[in-house]
Amino acid sequence: MSTTTLIRDVNFERDLSIRKIKGKIFEILAFFAVLLGIAMLLTLLIDVFFDGLPWLSTRLFTEFPSRFPEKAGLRSALQGSIWLMVLTAAMAVPIGIGAGVYLEEFAPQNRITRFIEINVANLAGVPSIIYGLLGLGLFVRQLGLGRTLIAGAMTMALLVLPIIIVTTREAIRAVPRSIRQAALALGATDWEVSRDHVLIYSAPAIMTGVILAMSRAIGETAPLITIGALTYIAFDPKGPFDIFTVLPIQIFNWVSLPQSSFHGLAAAGIIILLLVLLSMNALAIWLRNRLIIRW
Amino acid sequence: MTTTIKSLVSLNHQKRNRERVLVRALTFIFAFVSVGTTAGIIYELLKETVLFFQEVSIIEFFTDTRWTPLFASKRFGVLPLVNGTLLVAAGAMLVAVPLGLLAAIFLSEYASERLRKILKPILEILAGIPTVVYGYFALLFITPILQDLFPQTQIFNAASASIAMGFMILPLMASVSEDALSAVPRSLREAAYAMGATKFETATQVVLPAALSGVAAAFILAVSRAIGETMIVAIAAGQQPKLTLNPLESIETMTAYIVQVSLGDTPHQSIAYKTIFAVGMLLFVMTLVMNIVSYFITKRFRERYE
Repeated sequence: MSTTTLIRDVNFERDLSIRKIKGKIFEILAFFAVLLGIAMLLTLLIDVFFDGLPWLSTRLFTEFPSRFPEKAGLRSALQGSIWLMVLTAAMAVPIGIGAGVYLEEFAPQNRITRFIEINVANLAGVPSIIYGLLGLGLFVRQLGLGRTLIAGAMTMALLVLPIIIVTTREAIRAVPRSIRQAALALGATDWEVSRDHVLIYSAPAIMTGVILAMSRAIGETAPLITIGALTYIAFDPKGPFDIFTVLPIQIFNWVSLPQSSFHGLAAAGIIILLLVLLSMNALAIWLRNRLIIRW
Repeated sequence: MTTTIKSLVSLNHQKRNRERVLVRALTFIFAFVSVGTTAGIIYELLKETVLFFQEVSIIEFFTDTRWTPLFASKRFGVLPLVNGTLLVAAGAMLVAVPLGLLAAIFLSEYASERLRKILKPILEILAGIPTVVYGYFALLFITPILQDLFPQTQIFNAASASIAMGFMILPLMASVSEDALSAVPRSLREAAYAMGATKFETATQVVLPAALSGVAAAFILAVSRAIGETMIVAIAAGQQPKLTLNPLESIETMTAYIVQVSLGDTPHQSIAYKTIFAVGMLLFVMTLVMNIVSYFITKRFRERYE
């Protein structure tokens, strides 16, 4: 036989077009899932924005919390948040970067190192409220620090430590071996290699990680409620041993009140909180795009 | 002149070496802080939990069906709190799993590199929004809508918290699953195409099963996150511990109970103070087990493709 017979399977062709339509429907559905997530985000932002806009004023920055919504402000909460961030960073940043450098550059391959690594990974998955119970039992009671800024900052520092350690390690790992070998060949000790070369090159990436860790800490509420950060503070915190409140706790407090005017205040507080977070993230993205060295 | 060049060099060597040893020791201590943290958590939780179980029998804790430690007639059955926690978490997973999985498949199988680079960061903003904001949204936006749809919905209800929490953990579910899907080698997809499979059939019948262990790990991580989440449920889900499966009712979760007690002025030695550590211990063990299982799944059951 010299002629080719073209076999057409009508059933297969009909099947195939159905299969293709099914695929198309699935693709649209999957895309819709992503869109739904984004739509939810937009809805949330728009809802908060319109709820909070009428309550947004400079009074929020100058007034203390009050029973009267038209007089209430965020002064003590904002100051508490700033204090808490500074104290938390002062503890978590050196310890986190140091631990990251140790695990990546100095640590011998042994059981203790493995144990520490598993510990860090596990701590990242512990619910934040558990850190609050640790802070309450250890810092507030046992060390007798009371419900002060320093007790809150220590709790927060432990909470963000795994994030800083993990991002520091990733940043350090991105620095090529050749840099280290060059420095070692010139007689530098491993610490000098880290200090003068590895840490310098990875500094922008580490900073990005630190900013992201701090933006986690600034929105964190549960552990501070657990250690007993008060919700009604009508004075400026003066130092690490003062009692305090923070922005998200004040928001929580206002949401919990039944009057709708306090809900408006809460929304205004959320706008400020989100703006702070937005600027921190913008800074992190800027650092990542401008300063991080790609090898 | 006794100082030779040689002795200066050796002096310098000694100094540098001392610094090196000192820094090594110091950074080791820093790294060991993480071990100290875990030890501290276990010690603090255990200490108060042991005191708690000296007053309350462990059998009552796990079998009694009422939780009223703050009332005059105290009952210490933790089941209602566990029920509330699992109810909210299950609802959150109903939102996060289908959406997260679909989003992961779309991002890894369908989206162009450019589209992926735009959509993924936007989706991840959802994970960066403070939970207190989700609580606000659940109580003041989602609940009114639920009340319109189902008039019997209570002001504080599990469903609103579930929905908000579902969207909060969506990025976690999506990005961990997407990593697993992307790790499946091209050759598997190409083999499926060569056999005449459509893109949809390849994605759901070849790639997804191949990445199943990663998806399972993502699922468990997401459940663990949902169980430990605090502010959304403290704001929106209520303070009524009860055994119910109705998501439109007010319930109380373990985390919300800890917040409730923390907000009051609880004396140090009181039984209420001890209850939050006992509840915290249970929560810690639950999330720990899940994190370990998830770690184990990714380590052991990951399909290795050469």
